[in-house]
Amino acid sequence: MKTEQRWDTLAADTRQRLEAAAAYIGAGKRVKAEDTVALLKAVIRSGDRVNIEGNNQKQADFLADCLNQVDPAEIHDLHMVQSCVPLASHLDMFERGIAKKLDFAFGGPQAGRVAKFIREGKIQLGAIHTYLELFGRYFLDLTPRVSLICAYEADREGNLYTGFNTEDTPVIAEATKFRQGIVIAQVNKIVDKLPRVDIPADWVDAVVESPKPFFIEPLFTRDPGLVTDNHVLLGMLALKGIYAEYKVKRINHGIGFLTSAIELILPTYGAELGLKGEVCTHMVLNPHPTMIPAIEAGWVDTIHCFGGELGMEEYVKARSDIFFTGPDGSLRSNRAFAQTAGHYALDMFIGGTLQIDEWGNSSTATANRVSGFGGAPNMGCDPKGRRHVTESWLKCGREVPHMADQIGNMPRGKRLVVQGAETFGEGRAPTFVEKLDAWQLAENAGLDLPPVMIYGDDVTHIVTEEGVAYLNRAPDMAARMAAIRAAAGYTEVGLKADPAETKRLREARIFMTPEDLGVDRNRANRDLLAARSMRDLVDISGGLYNPPARFRNW
Amino acid sequence: MSLETIEFKVAGDGRAVSLARRAHCGVVGSGDLEVMLEPKAGDSAVSVRIVTPVTGFDALWKRVVEHFVAETGLAGLSIEINDNNASPAIVALRLRQALAEAQA
Repeated sequence: MKTEQRWDTLAADTRQRLEAAAAYIGAGKRVKAEDTVALLKAVIRSGDRVNIEGNNQKQADFLADCLNQVDPAEIHDLHMVQSCVPLASHLDMFERGIAKKLDFAFGGPQAGRVAKFIREGKIQLGAIHTYLELFGRYFLDLTPRVSLICAYEADREGNLYTGFNTEDTPVIAEATKFRQGIVIAQVNKIVDKLPRVDIPADWVDAVVESPKPFFIEPLFTRDPGLVTDNHVLLGMLALKGIYAEYKVKRINHGIGFLTSAIELILPTYGAELGLKGEVCTHMVLNPHPTMIPAIEAGWVDTIHCFGGELGMEEYVKARSDIFFTGPDGSLRSNRAFAQTAGHYALDMFIGGTLQIDEWGNSSTATANRVSGFGGAPNMGCDPKGRRHVTESWLKCGREVPHMADQIGNMPRGKRLVVQGAETFGEGRAPTFVEKLDAWQLAENAGLDLPPVMIYGDDVTHIVTEEGVAYLNRAPDMAARMAAIRAAAGYTEVGLKADPAETKRLREARIFMTPEDLGVDRNRANRDLLAARSMRDLVDISGGLYNPPARFRNW
Repeated sequence: MSLETIEFKVAGDGRAVSLARRAHCGVVGSGDLEVMLEPKAGDSAVSVRIVTPVTGFDALWKRVVEHFVAETGLAGLSIEINDNNASPAIVALRLRQALAEAQA
């Protein structure tokens, strides 16, 4: 007996929703800004999985505001699946009862409120993903039913141009559209001809010209004036103890002041160490303004970006040998591809964290702040699928004792994963702790797993003002833990260090102090910075870098 | 901004490394501090005076200074610190830099 089975229920449902919305959608898929709330009410149903494009910088902020205006009695229990929740409106919809569940990757400025909402039960948390992990789930079990995306311009047919900040748009549009979902785009402007088509019109159902341009946060601009002598010391330790030691060429830098300091001492201390052309030739990072002196001095071959950075547009356009730019000269900053490069093509990740435990597990998620991890866990791990070889990857792997216990006599390298931090962070909160706050967060949110940013076995090096811990050289967990204690300074964890044991670790080159490495602490001084102010960066860029107003401090 | 003054003495380990002359390092800018080292006559202990806007970290200050004294073997000097929210890492760095200046 053959049972009647339908295979197009999704398409039929979408057709029905679009028919309900047809009254608001005009030629070229255009929707008037004042009809947007009505449009959303027509296409979104309670319980839908909804994506609002929002990542580090580019925000579909107008569409988020409009979704907040629907009546929670009509539309409720939405399951939000999105990279980031940095806008107040992203959380307001949980407060108002429009949304119920959240799967995301990064909290940004709302980190404190996310933690509070979780505690109060206003947000039912799915998981804190990496970007790549969340994108992966868009194509499997978390596909958005409706996506509200963001672009610079649309043409009169509804093709989209994402410009400098391509970021997440392609992956969201594709996952949604090719599973019969609905894609609504907010654009700054509708024009006759686009400089470049990034999203074809037939992947888009409606286009709204927003009353004002979308919000962009300059998240990766670090004022060289705020780099401290201690950042310079940590930078010197990293350059001499790790970059020079392993000759690492393919690198991702995090967004903290330590990596800014490293970028700014490449043309000075780095040149003195003879590292030009030997390290940092291929980078995966946003267009950090503090990279300008090293780029200008000829250190860098290639930079691929996750997103853009406000003020770097003209500089990037004028350096098309370095950056990935389109025929129109603007950046193609595809986050999915940059994360893929970060996961597979890098030899080293170096970033910071809020807390590291005695085993080397680290997290930026605390009981009071759920900032998420973004892409750090993908870059901060040794990807098991990697099969290509570089010198630094092989050297790091060769130094791991007992690799043979797992894979016999087979040679295998290892990604360098470096955590750099002062032993005490903001408000003198210890970076090294006996128990991560993530455990408390897991309890608050009812999670099966404390949100760990980077697992201890993935961390190969820790850099603090005490020196460099070479965890990849530790023969066992006891030695790893002793090396972490040696790096932990005056924290409670550091006070457990046994001087005799630290001495043995120094002899075995598992822990090295600045003196062991030949790094002169007295030279750890801002004079080493190739640019000491925002003004210096502008000058070195030949006037091409145009910092946002709040950074124009001269 | 109210300031707290912490004063204590650290006994040396008998090595009695003395300071050639006084030294000053750092500025009281945001997130930083100034450190002054001065030789003193008569007493072999290291006397320490810290003025700081941050309360509740007396034990941490003691750890940092005691470690510095133990590491260097210094004796017979006074250490004066005017702090503006410096981290222990910066405190340790400035102490070493001041000593390098005094011995240069």
